[in-house]
Amino acid sequence: MLNPLTLVTGVAALLLAAWCGWAAYRDQPTKDWHFIGMAVVSLLAVVQLAIGVVQLARGEKPEQGTTIFVAYLLGAFACVPAAGLMSLAERSRWGSVTVAAGGVVLAVLEVRLYDIWGG
Amino acid sequence: MTAAEEKPARLISGPGMLLVWFYGVMVVGAVSRSAYQISTEFDRAPLAYALSAVAGVVYGFITYTLVRGGETARRAALVCCAAELAGVLLVGTWTLVDRSAFPDTTVWSYYGAGYIFIPVLLPVSAMYWLRKARDTVRP
Repeated sequence: MLNPLTLVTGVAALLLAAWCGWAAYRDQPTKDWHFIGMAVVSLLAVVQLAIGVVQLARGEKPEQGTTIFVAYLLGAFACVPAAGLMSLAERSRWGSVTVAAGGVVLAVLEVRLYDIWGG
Repeated sequence: MTAAEEKPARLISGPGMLLVWFYGVMVVGAVSRSAYQISTEFDRAPLAYALSAVAGVVYGFITYTLVRGGETARRAALVCCAAELAGVLLVGTWTLVDRSAFPDTTVWSYYGAGYIFIPVLLPVSAMYWLRKARDTVRP
């Protein structure tokens, strides 16, 4: 249940990164549609956080330790919203680059989450 | 002119915002990692974990100075970035020369290869940005 979601979230994060990278390439700030995209990716991370906590509550153990697993879940949850807020403060192409970087960071976190949970 | 004096000059406009993002990520990464490792298995690799903690503190300070802005903060950030770069190069070389000193990796091991070389690229781009910002910061 968790691993397919990790894959979907990681791919969505990369798509978001490419989309915002494209906006930056065209010298545009993030717009409403980008924020909807960020909301979708953030929602996936929230669902992932919830399912992860439920799995833990059911007594399943992540391969590399519960603390690390929860820390990465929280990091993945906070990643894109934080980048989105920063792009609100920076209304230029650099705001778009920041969100693109946020998407890449989230994708890396998802790969780590997959390892930590034990694929 | 008075407006420029009242408010510290922004260091986080344009590319500065991207730098703050990456520094923020590194703060969370280095601090949480070292906090976890020091509290659970400090005896395994005390040097490595202590160095990760130092890296986290340096990243935190640079992030703060970038967000705060102004000429003093710009200079402080520049010094810290130089120290950070020196740290990455020193620890990176150290881990290559004497692997036995590091049973576990640090944030700065192998020039930050575990973090896709962000630790070594970040101070270089930050110093470039801060030097460029000097012209706009000064009235």
